[in-house]
Amino acid sequence: MTSQWPLWEVFVRAKRGLSHIHVGSLHAPDAAMAVRNARDVYTRRGEGVSIWVVPSDQITASSPDEKDAFFDPAGDKVYRHPTFYEVPAEAKHL
Amino acid sequence: MAGTEEREAAFYAIIDADGRIEPRDDMPEAYRRTLVRQIAQHAHSEIIGMQPEGNWISRAPSLRRKAILLAKVQDEAGHGLYLYAAAETLGVSRDQLLELLHARKQKYSSIFNYPTLTWADVGAIGWLVDGAAITNQVPLTRCSYGPYARAMVRICKEESFHQRQGFEALLTLTRGTPAQKAMAQDALDRWWYPSLAMFGPPDTGEQASGGHTEQSMRWGIKRFTNDELRQRFVDMTVPQSQVLGLTIPDPDLRWNEERGHYDFTPPDYDELFRVIKGDGPCNAQRLAHRVAAHEDGAWVREAAAAYAAKKQEVAA
Ligand SMILES: [Fe+2]
Ligand SMILES: [Fe+2]
Repeated sequence: MTSQWPLWEVFVRAKRGLSHIHVGSLHAPDAAMAVRNARDVYTRRGEGVSIWVVPSDQITASSPDEKDAFFDPAGDKVYRHPTFYEVPAEAKHL
Repeated sequence: MAGTEEREAAFYAIIDADGRIEPRDDMPEAYRRTLVRQIAQHAHSEIIGMQPEGNWISRAPSLRRKAILLAKVQDEAGHGLYLYAAAETLGVSRDQLLELLHARKQKYSSIFNYPTLTWADVGAIGWLVDGAAITNQVPLTRCSYGPYARAMVRICKEESFHQRQGFEALLTLTRGTPAQKAMAQDALDRWWYPSLAMFGPPDTGEQASGGHTEQSMRWGIKRFTNDELRQRFVDMTVPQSQVLGLTIPDPDLRWNEERGHYDFTPPDYDELFRVIKGDGPCNAQRLAHRVAAHEDGAWVREAAAAYAAKKQEVAA
């Protein structure tokens, strides 16, 4: 037997109110087994209240290498940040 | 597409800024190969490492100890899985790595080729072997390769329970009958030097490993030399042995005021090299057991795959 079970990416919600966060990956024959295995591998100490699994080959990524160019457009737009603006100290709650 | 030189410069810029390399980044082939070898060896050690302790699960002295030992051995299986997953981000498959282990083409830590003769050995492994592993692994949480570093963060969090339960098991013995205390001392006598050898060959002198350390430090894979980590382990462990009331089997062990460290007798590195080469007390047994477990489990893997395929067919 040479064909390996497919790879799944695992996302865990640590507690209510937080997003699911990527914690790692694992092999499993199907989605149901992937969720069970993820529970045993990634939440043995109550690290989560909810698990997502996604087939690794279903993920589309921004760029083949995690280079800057794709994110350059944000680089020169400092005016998107509140600290860009100068306002008198007397103006409260701004 | 950037030229090779430019790509190397980008890689070293990240390394020099103490940044992290991520799976789809350009990296020198030698860096990738070194990581695959190291992470695979580490993963293999976690799963082979289940055997010496697994040997005592059915004979643990109480239900409490049995539950603890089961949980620890299960953790080690989990550590193996985190690490195989980290290795897979470098373009190798877990099946490939297991095949290399089974064919003796990749190694695992020499420590697991020693037998667990008594219950006290289980305590000694938790205290010393997991203790040495923690000393090695904590700096790896800052390793330059992101997936490896993240796996190590998870592992280190879990290891501290491993070490404490071992220490507690030994403490229970040393506070027991004279025979129980003698059993604890005997375990320390046998596990002390193999534990010191876990840090690898010395970095200087004729037995020095021949250069992995320097290159790995340049790449931010390794942060301290083998000898620095070994010294750190000794300095931490000696006071713990005093709490246990046990004697470390080294007549030359003493505090060196000037250095601010303990002086100690190094392990027998010739023995280390022999065991690495396959000539330890349990090498053949450990590998045979691993291969048998893999082969005996084949039908389960096949059945699960067949079931998944059939369900997909029905749904289609
Ligand atoms: Fe471990
Ligand atoms: Fe451990």
